[in-house]
Amino acid sequence: MCPVLPVTVAASAGGYTLFGVLVMLVIGAVLGLVLFAASRFFKTDVDERVEKILDVLPNVNCGACGFGGCAAYAEAVVYKGSACSLCAPGGADVECRIAEIMGASVGDREPLVAVVHCGGGTRSAHSAAGYYGIASCRAASVPGLNSPKACVFGCLGMGDCVAACKFDAMVMGDDGLPLVIESNCVACGACVRACPRNIIQLHPLKSFVHVYCINTDKGRDVRKACDIGCIACMKCEKICPVDAIHVINNVAVIDYDKCISCGKCVKECPQGIIVNMRKTRKEIDRLRQPVPGGTS
Amino acid sequence: MRSFRGGVHPPDMKHLSADAPIEVLAAPEQLVVPLSQHIGAPARPIVQAGDDVRVGQLIGEASGFVSAAVHSPVSGKVKAVTRTRHPLGNTVDALLIENDGQDRMAERVGEDNPNWRDVSPRDIVDTAMKAGIVGMGGATFPTHVKLSPPESKHIDTVILNAAECEPYLTCDYRLLLERTEDVIEGLKLLVRALTPPDAPPNRVSGIIAVEANKKDVFLKLQDMLQDKTNLLARLMPVKYPQGAEKQLIKTVLNREVPPQSQRGLPMDVGVVVQNVGTALALYEAVRFNKPLYERVLTVSGDAIDTPGNLLVRVGTSTEHVLKARGITDSASVVISGGPMMGIALSRLSTPVNKGTSGLLALSSSENWETMPCISCGACVRHCPMQLIPSKFSTLGDVGRYDETEHWNVIDCIECGVCTYVCPSRRPIVQHVKIGKAVVVPLMRARAEELRRQQEKEHG
Repeated sequence: MCPVLPVTVAASAGGYTLFGVLVMLVIGAVLGLVLFAASRFFKTDVDERVEKILDVLPNVNCGACGFGGCAAYAEAVVYKGSACSLCAPGGADVECRIAEIMGASVGDREPLVAVVHCGGGTRSAHSAAGYYGIASCRAASVPGLNSPKACVFGCLGMGDCVAACKFDAMVMGDDGLPLVIESNCVACGACVRACPRNIIQLHPLKSFVHVYCINTDKGRDVRKACDIGCIACMKCEKICPVDAIHVINNVAVIDYDKCISCGKCVKECPQGIIVNMRKTRKEIDRLRQPVPGGTS
Repeated sequence: MRSFRGGVHPPDMKHLSADAPIEVLAAPEQLVVPLSQHIGAPARPIVQAGDDVRVGQLIGEASGFVSAAVHSPVSGKVKAVTRTRHPLGNTVDALLIENDGQDRMAERVGEDNPNWRDVSPRDIVDTAMKAGIVGMGGATFPTHVKLSPPESKHIDTVILNAAECEPYLTCDYRLLLERTEDVIEGLKLLVRALTPPDAPPNRVSGIIAVEANKKDVFLKLQDMLQDKTNLLARLMPVKYPQGAEKQLIKTVLNREVPPQSQRGLPMDVGVVVQNVGTALALYEAVRFNKPLYERVLTVSGDAIDTPGNLLVRVGTSTEHVLKARGITDSASVVISGGPMMGIALSRLSTPVNKGTSGLLALSSSENWETMPCISCGACVRHCPMQLIPSKFSTLGDVGRYDETEHWNVIDCIECGVCTYVCPSRRPIVQHVKIGKAVVVPLMRARAEELRRQQEKEHG
């Protein structure tokens, strides 16, 4: 049949054009049929809940949930049964809505905030040596490189945490210590992971009292390194009415489950290293300014 | 002369201290002896505060096979178990010892053993372990581990590393010049320790490898080794890093050690490399029962009044050593080790340990400004490991350290050649150190995962 067709069509005027159009139509029809068959027989059900959850999620792809972005988390919730509560920036609101989509119920969730457990800025922490090299805390704390700060526990002040924060919730203060802008903080934990010295921790937002030191050296050695480090004098432990603060391994540590934020230890601390955020929080909110160079 | 590929020729600066004979530095009044002066598990302290100790007494026992014993460098009283800084920057446990200045020797330490030439190979390894001997070139790997290769590896050569390719350092040179016979005896002990009991005595040969800038030592060695059948001295071209294990083996024997990523070790090509100081320490331990509690190190640099080579007790503070030779006000950086691979110290209280080959005080006035990589390829051309160092720094700039694994970051020996030749003054070795810190745990986790899977399949 094939050899006949071009001959007969070619007999008429302009037959070659017509022939081309015909061939394209036939190819189109055949491929269309194949696609139709494929969509008919190889169809998979896409769970519409994935789309719905994706709409609810903030879509900043911060990775705080532990998955490779919001889409991956949405799929994990639907197909792998991951918890609804993993989205840190979304908070309780998003959790409720995801749970609604999935038909599950939610429990109460404690809002958290990042706390920098070091108060030794350039004014109070002693410097041991100059530092020349890659300007990042991670680079400065790799074994084989000596710390520029006399305190081997404290903040290096090169801003890895500020760079890691995707929510403009951290700024570098003028004394070389990062400040947490608590109204922006969603407790995603990116700064916690970025800090090579494990200074930053997440604590309940309702707690106001924090110890700004993690130096586990003995008091004598702490004094050599920093004007305000915890010297493990135990005064805070003695005055605490609810047994919530203890000197563990030469440094005061607060048990946030017990702490009632009464602020007695703050007044007692001779080093001034226990702070009450009740006032400071207002202060920080007042001081809050757009981050230079940050996204709007 | 044949050599390895790559490398550089920094000014060697050895004239500052090469002609200064080894002098004994009096021990200070207080010493801080770290319990971790070696690669491996830290030693366990076996003395307490208030205990009386003597020179050479065991104060920290090895806490595993890859670990090393620590001995008291002075006689006196243990004041406290404390913490101090390792030159690497980490905090380690240490013993604070007050020196009574009498140098009372511990039992048997310093006694000449008349039968020392008949000691069996096994006893030599045991002695190295008991005396706490570690590689004194700087890596501080416990010597007894290196001297106990698995039976599947046939060692045929011991290379005594006297390249001393780092600029400024002259302590190995001085040891070879002043104590040639003792070092050769140490090499003989090393050869004997590695000769299997059933093998003929000449199975393992010993080579002392010297760089060509130390020709006087080479001629002396050649003269003394004339009638030996299995010992010889080799002259090598002057090039940094000639003293790096893999490069040394390539130059001396033309054998290529498999890289770190394939878990290659010198023993895979039948070689054990030891430092000159290690050989001497082994000789003194076997013959005089003297544990490793002091070492020779070079004090040099343009900010030192009288550079020289000193015999220093382990645990002496850096400050004490530097002041003994006069440190000038112009000093801006103090380096433990050589200028290429050494570590800039942030505290002068850091004690000297078994691996401190030199203490340099330099008055650097150079402004360290890092510029972008211009892909000139200088680092690639000079890399003695045939890596692409520029890749480490450009990946590091954007924080993609995990990808450095594909560029074999763990094969890097951190010799510093790339950073030395870089026209943009990029801190490539620092990027490599971060890269390794990121990649090694990833690789470990993967290996662990693989092992678990295999176990599951079999069990």
